[in-house]
Amino acid sequence: MSVLPGAAAIAGIGATEFSKDSGRSELRLACEAVLAAVTDAGLQPSDVDGMVTFTADTNSEIHIARNLGIGELSFFSRVGYGGGAACGTVQQAAMAVATGVADVVVCYRAFNERSGTRYGLGQADRPVDVSADRAAYSWMTPFGLATPAQWVAMFARRYMHEYGATSEDFGRIAVVDRAHAATNPAAWFHDRPITLADHQASRWIAEPLRLLDCCQESDGGQALVVVSAERARDLPHPPALIWGAAQGSGNDQHMMTSYYRSEITGIPEMGLVGRQLYAQSRLTPADVQAAILYDHFTPLVLPQLEELGFCAKGEAKDFVADGNLELGGRLPVNTHGGQLGEAYIHGMNGIAEGVRLVRGTSVNQPGDVHNVLVTAGTGVPTSGLILGASG
Amino acid sequence: MSDSAYEDRLQAWVGRELVTRRPGQDPVNVPMIRHWVEAMEDDNPVYLDEDAARATGRDGVVAPASMLQAWTMRGYAASVSPDAERTGSDELTDLLAEGGYTSVVATDSEFEFHRELVPGDHVSVEETLEAISPEKKTALGPGRFISTVKTYRDASGEIVATQRWRMLRFRPAAKPEPAPKAPRPRPAINHDNEFWFAAAREHRLVIQRCADCKSLRHPPGPCCPQCGSFGWDTVESAGEGHVYTYVVNHHPRHPAFDYPLVVAVIELTEGTRLIANMTGVEPGDVEIGMPVVLDWIDPDPDLSLPVFRPAVAEES
Repeated sequence: MSVLPGAAAIAGIGATEFSKDSGRSELRLACEAVLAAVTDAGLQPSDVDGMVTFTADTNSEIHIARNLGIGELSFFSRVGYGGGAACGTVQQAAMAVATGVADVVVCYRAFNERSGTRYGLGQADRPVDVSADRAAYSWMTPFGLATPAQWVAMFARRYMHEYGATSEDFGRIAVVDRAHAATNPAAWFHDRPITLADHQASRWIAEPLRLLDCCQESDGGQALVVVSAERARDLPHPPALIWGAAQGSGNDQHMMTSYYRSEITGIPEMGLVGRQLYAQSRLTPADVQAAILYDHFTPLVLPQLEELGFCAKGEAKDFVADGNLELGGRLPVNTHGGQLGEAYIHGMNGIAEGVRLVRGTSVNQPGDVHNVLVTAGTGVPTSGLILGASG
Repeated sequence: MSDSAYEDRLQAWVGRELVTRRPGQDPVNVPMIRHWVEAMEDDNPVYLDEDAARATGRDGVVAPASMLQAWTMRGYAASVSPDAERTGSDELTDLLAEGGYTSVVATDSEFEFHRELVPGDHVSVEETLEAISPEKKTALGPGRFISTVKTYRDASGEIVATQRWRMLRFRPAAKPEPAPKAPRPRPAINHDNEFWFAAAREHRLVIQRCADCKSLRHPPGPCCPQCGSFGWDTVESAGEGHVYTYVVNHHPRHPAFDYPLVVAVIELTEGTRLIANMTGVEPGDVEIGMPVVLDWIDPDPDLSLPVFRPAVAEES
């Protein structure tokens, strides 16, 4: 069996404040988040010897290492595909630790995604080159299909058609997220819950998506410290052991526009991630007490529940409507408020919440959490984690 | 009336008098000269100082040459009075307006002075049409250059100056058209997709086909995922299919498009799917499964794209 399950743990988490205008450079946000995570782990910057981030991040490892006095790095790696990278960074770190190429690996993501380059404005005016990645946009942007909300809306419409889901079913995800954010002082939407009626009254962005189906755009940084399980036991916080860490890219995979598969109501790359997570951890969905499901847009939370085995295909709308995602429900989800409620830090803040759930320190801590499943971006090659307490 | 008839009526004015000889209201006088040189900040002493004027060999003070027109101006009130006598100039203005040349801008004024004016001279002016140009394109709009000659005489009828006066009578350009739409986002063309966009410019919707196993694929690529062949050709789609899924975009808005904007994934009868816009249907009437047929749009000179419209149901 794999050497990966249980070999490494997340021992430290650290973030900046989450805002709409940080007033600071992305590098400074990254440095603040990394330093906070290292401090949370009870370590010094000089203990760090590995760093992993997203290909999308503008803060190269060397800049952070030089600024924080980290010194020598024996491992550095990047993961592609936007928000699909989030849990993949932890997988990279865990593999580096498990194989002994590094001892203390920091995973980080920091950006001014609201005050700087906003992803929500889309790719219509992306500079032209002859690369395959750029050429892929030739089948979308000349037709005015250029933003993440629009790309997701295409899947959402088909999902509604095949399974009878409605805008209200998507809205229930937003309501749960915002309810959890309302009690989270770190959340942008702290103290601002919404009702399903608020959701239904919000304007169309890309039908069938309304404004309140779309996550925020945020400025901020988040970092995580990964060390061996053995070392983690000697550090201040209860370790969040990495029982499963997986990536997945599906058949006929595209970036956000895998519309050419025989059916498009599922997320096969997430199914692939889930199968690996359960195989690695020897757990089943029944062993998972809480989840952080990537929520850039509400509609793709539903098929995640199905792909990960929490309910059958097409039944997520009923699973959600029955209150299973709420505190006290079968599977409390996005207890930090998600990216709709807390902040959009490309999924990395969700991993930090997974760690808090394992530590028992979430502001919305459900009782009796042993294992937490965390997912990364949907619609793209993605990744996932199962984090759990010791033995 | 034909264009040539209008042209003849215009040209009939050449050589005709537009304004018959008309005396100025006041003779040349020192108070008006004083106001003029003060306003112009012209401190040449020959206009107001008799001794200085004589010192130059003149008999006394003279009027500034540039004041010539001032001695024959009738004043604003007279020029707009409805009781003012209609002149040939007024008739020509009406004829030009009939041709659409309703606006005017002065372009040239050349003077030839025969003698200096002195206080007591009583100046008159007459104006004759010298030429009307064919219609010219100008930055202000299409128009005609009107050249006249104004002749200035003293009380005895002697010519004191002539003025060649040229103006443009033009048809003001219509309200500017709304700014042309921004070009659509450009496709990035490379070796693997240029055939598709080239066919689109010929309004042919093609589908890439593996040369070996004959399977169709879209979006295109260099290698067949079914059999691994790098050989390929294309087939032309019949242009029929149905809406597989669709979105109606509202925000953000790109200046190349009208909103709400429908974008659909169309499943062709050949089996492949493609992203395209819809036409001939309201956003609220689009449905998954709706049969559609191919049409084309040419949003930019070098970009043609397929668009789909609802198929008309066959009559039973």
